[in-house]
Amino acid sequence: MTVAMGSMKAGEPVFYVVDEHEHPEGSSTMLGFWIYLMSDCLIFAILFAVYGVLGAKYAAGPAPKDLFDLSLVAVNTSFLLLSSLTYGFAMLSMQQNRVGAMQAWLAITGLFGLAFLGIELTEFAHMIHEGATPQRSAFLSSFFTLVGTHGLHVTFGLIWLVTLMVQVKTYGLIEANRRRLVCLSMFWHFLDVIWIGVFTFVYLMGMLR
Amino acid sequence: MFDTADLTKLIFGRLTLESLPLHEPIIVGTFAMVALGGLALFGAITYFRLWGYLWREWFTTVDHKRIGIMYMVLGIVMLLRGFADALMMRLQQAIAFNGSEGYLNSHHYDQVFTAHGVIMIFFVAMPLVTGLMNYVVPLQIGARDVSFPFLNNFSFWMTTAGAVLVMCSLFVGEFARTGWLAYPPLSNLSYSPDVGVDYYIWALQVAGVGTLLSGVNLICTIVKMRAPGMTMMKMPVFTWTSLCTNVLIVASFPVLTAVLALLSLDRYVGTNFFTNDFGGDPMMYVNLIWIWGHPEVYILILPAFGIFSEVTSTFSGKRLFGYTSMVYATVVITILSYLVWLHHFFTMGSGASVNSFFGITTMIISIPTGAKMFNWLFTMYRGRIRFELPMMWTVAFMLTFVIGGMTGVLLAVPPADFVLHNSLFLVAHFHNVIIGGVLFGLFAGIAYWFPKAFGFKLDVFWGKMSFWFWTVGFYFAFMPLYVLGLMGVTRRLRTFDDPSLQIWFVIAGIGAFLILLGIASFLIQIAVSILRREQLADVSGDPWDARTLEWATSSPPPAYNFAFTPVVHDNDAWWDMKRRGYVRPLAGFKAIHMPSNTGTGVILAGLSTTMAFGLIWYMWWMAAGSFVALLAVAIGHTFNYHRSFHIPADEVVSVERARTELLAAGAKS
Repeated sequence: MTVAMGSMKAGEPVFYVVDEHEHPEGSSTMLGFWIYLMSDCLIFAILFAVYGVLGAKYAAGPAPKDLFDLSLVAVNTSFLLLSSLTYGFAMLSMQQNRVGAMQAWLAITGLFGLAFLGIELTEFAHMIHEGATPQRSAFLSSFFTLVGTHGLHVTFGLIWLVTLMVQVKTYGLIEANRRRLVCLSMFWHFLDVIWIGVFTFVYLMGMLR
Repeated sequence: MFDTADLTKLIFGRLTLESLPLHEPIIVGTFAMVALGGLALFGAITYFRLWGYLWREWFTTVDHKRIGIMYMVLGIVMLLRGFADALMMRLQQAIAFNGSEGYLNSHHYDQVFTAHGVIMIFFVAMPLVTGLMNYVVPLQIGARDVSFPFLNNFSFWMTTAGAVLVMCSLFVGEFARTGWLAYPPLSNLSYSPDVGVDYYIWALQVAGVGTLLSGVNLICTIVKMRAPGMTMMKMPVFTWTSLCTNVLIVASFPVLTAVLALLSLDRYVGTNFFTNDFGGDPMMYVNLIWIWGHPEVYILILPAFGIFSEVTSTFSGKRLFGYTSMVYATVVITILSYLVWLHHFFTMGSGASVNSFFGITTMIISIPTGAKMFNWLFTMYRGRIRFELPMMWTVAFMLTFVIGGMTGVLLAVPPADFVLHNSLFLVAHFHNVIIGGVLFGLFAGIAYWFPKAFGFKLDVFWGKMSFWFWTVGFYFAFMPLYVLGLMGVTRRLRTFDDPSLQIWFVIAGIGAFLILLGIASFLIQIAVSILRREQLADVSGDPWDARTLEWATSSPPPAYNFAFTPVVHDNDAWWDMKRRGYVRPLAGFKAIHMPSNTGTGVILAGLSTTMAFGLIWYMWWMAAGSFVALLAVAIGHTFNYHRSFHIPADEVVSVERARTELLAAGAKS
């Protein structure tokens, strides 16, 4: 960006940019997406707070100890953590412009995400089958809502992932697609962080109660 | 197999012919008027063949200036609806004495006061504030548009979709009868089984998406798109207050989204968040909604503070007194607004320690606010004050808002609040700060920036009429409510037993009527100004001899705002440019890169409306279908990579030449 003017004498104030001062497309995207993520984080904060208030209101119904299968949850957690790792590998491949490897890592990430959702739904189905429905007690209402909202986010992440894979395949690793991949990356890692909170506060501490 | 009843239920959910309020003559009359007016408007647009123009130039626009104007139109239209509700309440309360039931039954009256609150906050104050920020902020920081122009268009249409849903509830079904925050257990399915609360929930959820995204958008715009040289501490105060307001939006609207989602789970799925049994906790709702609700009032007032700062320094012909303290006061208010929510329900019984904490934080807010008040006063001190319309609104604000602020501090004392809680004293207090603060600020802002947006000033005579009717009407309407509140009259009552109270309600009713004249004068003012636009025209682009960058460009500004991006050296950038002999560039124009229009925002908002309608009436096919379509359109939109174009240099040259000629003609006359 130059601010010099041809006819201007030295020392005179410069009041406008002569060259086209262009904000490159997408220059605010990362910041904007980050702010969006923080607002999403607040939604989870509220759901955690609600769980904190209602998490022990069993209404004479089942408590965490009667319901949670920690080994299953441990498997699930590792799936999600591994998916973050594989997404990281996808981003490394993107940096090296290796489209094929990147697509493969993205696909693996998606499969991990799918497996995570599958196990979560199995767990939900099992609990509902045992009568521990979201309607049973305030504890279960807040449990299903917190964990379910996270699961819903993973589902949308998967839809987004598939969309991006199609777009990369169709249009290649153009600037816009790179930007979108970085956004999804932030989203995916964010969901991981949230899950660590869920795992700790809901499952581990639930078993201690 | 299906019989007809099942099939009807599958298609129409719980929507039946009885849902149409045909037995309420008032609503039928209103519907007839709205329908006739709508048909006339529709017919006129068709007759003058304006649909194509409106679609291409306005509905699909991504230009922040046009979106800002559309927000203002939405806010003014909804003001008429919200004020009609207010008049109905005032009339009912003025006549429902001595055994009279008034003219509104309780079913209808309860909807009226709920709709009044919801509409005035979400669909009047919010669109007007957002509209002004949208219009002014990019111009003030020397940008060509906002960070995410498409998102801006989408946000506007989502806000409009929410307004459409609220209007829909007037004629199809009913609105909530719960008060504007829909406290459970009253808003739970067991006590409000009808569609009213569902209309409330989905209208706010849909509009909330728009508000949140426009918050993200404006933060990014202010952080990333400022002209070279404009450091944070050189930003105009309105931009500063807009930044803080949008931070508040992003940090508080997710709370509203979450708490309304939990309420809808209670209503749709049968969970137990806010129920009376199975461990549910209604007071948690009250806490959560006020964690959103208190920042919300600062979301509304901070931009108004910004407007007053711009107006005071412009019309006093002086640099703003205490710029730095003004910025810090704004930031302190932003932070403190999160630490006071509990003062809305001291009577919850959370104990002396908790109540004193929130009482004290509440009182502390009056310190930065007071600092602002003194800054404005000192700006006026020894200034050459010009009492144009914006300045008149500002002075009225300073007098009125201080009264409202002091009654607020009274209410912040927990023992006093136990007496005044839910009384008309409270109603008088928040109308005192919202009308005397936000609304007066918006009128000041409209009068101040109208010539920027349209190239001619607003008519002064009708502006003064509007000003005097509004201010005098306000005092007549709300001072009696303070008196009644101190006498112990609670809010939201439909009939009264004590005949000695009637006189106060009659005075308040007269006040409301004066405000009606104020609104009418405002509308006449706009009409008269359009008719007299030749006489009121301003070709200079700077009719008030103002100080900030938006006045450096033409009125109305070209699509690209500034042919060359300005370079900023001072807080009052434009004042500095004028003082140091800035010469408008006449040559060397280049092509300018701009975003393209798109209809996706309209389509997405339309689908959100049908989805919400399906959810409200249990028409599941409609909700599911709209949701799938919504996803498909959103994903489809991401496959469009060509979202911008260049305004050719020739066009910039001809636009700028036209302005040069206009300026020359203006200088001669």
